[in-house]
Formats: sequence, C-alpha cells, structure tokens
Amino acid sequence: MAVVFKKTEGLTDKQFHYCPGCTHGIIHRLVGEVLEELEVVGKAIGVAPVGCSVLAYDYFNCDMHEAAHGRAPAVATGIKRILPDNVVFTYQGDGDLASIGTAEIIHAAHRAEKFTTIFVNNAIYGMTGGQMAPTTLIGQKSTTSQAGRDAATTGMPLRMSEMFATIDGAVFVERVSVHDVAHIRKAKKAIKKAFEVQLEGKGFGIVEVLSTCPTNWGIAPVESLTWLKENMIPYYPLGNFRTPEEGK
Amino acid sequence: MAKAKGKVRFNEDRCKGCELCTTACPVNIVIMDKKRINVKGYNPATVDEMEKCIGCGNCATICPDLVIEVERETK
Ligand SMILES: Cc1ncc(C[n+]2csc(CCOP(=O)(O)OP(=O)(O)O)c2C)c(N)n1
Ligand code: SF4
Ligand code: SF4
Ligand code: SF4
Repeated sequence: MAVVFKKTEGLTDKQFHYCPGCTHGIIHRLVGEVLEELEVVGKAIGVAPVGCSVLAYDYFNCDMHEAAHGRAPAVATGIKRILPDNVVFTYQGDGDLASIGTAEIIHAAHRAEKFTTIFVNNAIYGMTGGQMAPTTLIGQKSTTSQAGRDAATTGMPLRMSEMFATIDGAVFVERVSVHDVAHIRKAKKAIKKAFEVQLEGKGFGIVEVLSTCPTNWGIAPVESLTWLKENMIPYYPLGNFRTPEEGK
Repeated sequence: MAKAKGKVRFNEDRCKGCELCTTACPVNIVIMDKKRINVKGYNPATVDEMEKCIGCGNCATICPDLVIEVERETK
C-alpha cells in the first residue's frame, strides 16, 4: 500500500479553528499543497487578513504577516517589492477584499504587483456574526438584511473577478468553487496556475474561490454545498477570465 | 480489471462531524459513528466496510479538517 493522500508540508499540524464543514479548511489545504508541489514552502510569505481566516498565520507552514482589515494587498506589495525572489500571497475574505479593502486590491492589480491573491467569497461577513457583504446575494438573509438583501437599497452583489478582468495588470483571473470533489480538483489547478504566473514574474494573479459559511448562512454543512451550487454559481459563473498568453 | 484496493485512516480527534466526507465516497462506505463521541464532542466519521474502499481519496479531498489519510495498493 502506498500513501496517496496525507497532510501537505505546506500546512502546520495545528488544527483549524473553523466551524464544522466550513470550506475555508479545504482552501487552506489547496494552497498548502500547491506551495509544496511548486517547492516554494521555504520561500513563501503569506499575508493573513481580518476575518475568520485571521489566524491563517498559524496554519500555513511558511512565513506569515498579519495585515489590518483589507490592507493585505498593500502589505504584500511592500514584501514582494523588497523580496522579489520570494513567493508572496494574500488570503482574503469577501468582506476584507471586496468591501473595506477594495481600494488596496484594485490598485495592487492595477499596478500589476507580482503576488497572488486567494479570494474567499462566502457571500457574508463570517467572523463578525453574519452581516451583509457586497457579495451577499439578492434575497439572502443576513443580520443586516433580515428580510433578504434588497437591490433597491443596497445594489447588486459585486462580481469582483469580472472587474479584475478589465484591469490590464491582473494577468490571471479565475473563479472556482469547492462544493464537490471535481470542483476542488479544478480549484487546485487554478491556484497552481496563479502561483506559476507569479513565479514567471508576469503580473498580478487572483483566484476567487466560492466558499460556504454554514454557521452564518444557518444551513447545515452538507446542504451548504448544495446552496452554494444552486445559488452562488448562477450569479458568480465559474471559469477563467484572464490568463497570460503562452510565451509572453 | 480488478478494482483497486484502498485503506483510509481517520485522525479522529480532528473530526468535526460535518459529514462532508459521507457525500463523496463512490462506494458509500463513509458513515458517521453515532455510537461514539470524539474529544471535540462530535460523532466522528468512520468506514465500516473497509474491504470495499478503492483508495480514490475523495473523502480526504472534501474533508476541511485534514482528518483522513488514504492508502492504495500499488501493483
Ligand atoms: C478596520 C476594521 N473594521 C471592521 C472590523 C470588523 N470586522 C472583522 S472581520 C470583518 C468581516 C470579515 O468578513 P470576510 O472578509 O468576508 O471574512 P469571513 O469572516 O467571512 O471569512 C469585519 C467587518 C475590523 N476588524 N477592522
Ligand atoms: S463563521 Fe462561517 S466562514 Fe467563519 S469559520 Fe464559521 S462557517 Fe467558516
Ligand atoms: S478513499 Fe474513496 S472509496 Fe475509500 S473511503 Fe474514501 S471515498 Fe470511499
Ligand atoms: S469531512 Fe472530515 S471533519 Fe467532516 S465528518 Fe468527515 S472526517 Fe470529520
């Protein structure tokens, strides 16, 4: 018998604090596996956000830096410019990236900063107890949209990947999901590609990962996977929006 | 072609009883052990008919908490 699946070297042994069934854990693992496969664990530097993944610095088995809410791209910019040979990434939620930190991420992409962003879109503010995010779906209930999000007063959910696809400096943009095994495998391929783009020095890369928040959605973990598939994917279509041309 | 043979091991103390692994097994052998409670206070996931395991790794791929290790027979 040969071991075909075991914990990656890209993660520490520390147990995740995430709620049961929260897919943040799957996304952490994919990033860890990619760092290991690309043999860059030793030279990776991650920037953790504010949000449920605020403790990510305990889980990734590489150097980590904490950033103020939404400011991870600014911190990553500094790190990557000073240490261009290191592999730098940010790991950010949708409240962090698409709300308070919108300016930082848009301008990091616009300047074609050569780091990688893992953007976890779970359509809600998880850590603070389930408030509405810019990405919350129309009709979705949250503690600040108790009758369901209403477009007339709060606008339509923000599609970040589509926005990045209009920015020249964002050379790799893909939206993936982790609601079943086939999609988890696809998500890993996209994350790997995004890091390869950084290693080739081509520009800014971002992977938006649709993720669940069973606790604040108020939906059991298994049913949350179905909810994501049936409600999030129709509004947030999966696929690659931007990839560098070969040989460029 | 004979089916591949596999074996899974649960690092049970890490399990949070979320049941995601039970949705991913092609031979439906991953179940929740309702008779036991782990250190975290959850009914842990387990496999009851290990001889049916094909070592595909699906259960480990969907587990958010790195509970499962998978082995497969190599010929
Ligand atoms: C400057 C600042 N404003 C507000 C907060 C409160 N706060 C903490 S986490 C969070 C939202 C997190 O949501 P998200 O980024 O979607 O991550 P999740 O918890 O869902 O993974 C907010 C508003 C803060 N910590 N700092
Ligand atoms: S609150 Fe939501 S996002 Fe945060 S750990 Fe729990 S399930 Fe995950
Ligand atoms: S490795 Fe595959 S066959 Fe074996 S228990 Fe896990 S999902 Fe089932
Ligand atoms: S997916 Fe992992 S944490 Fe969830 S029940 Fe299965 S083994 Fe336990």
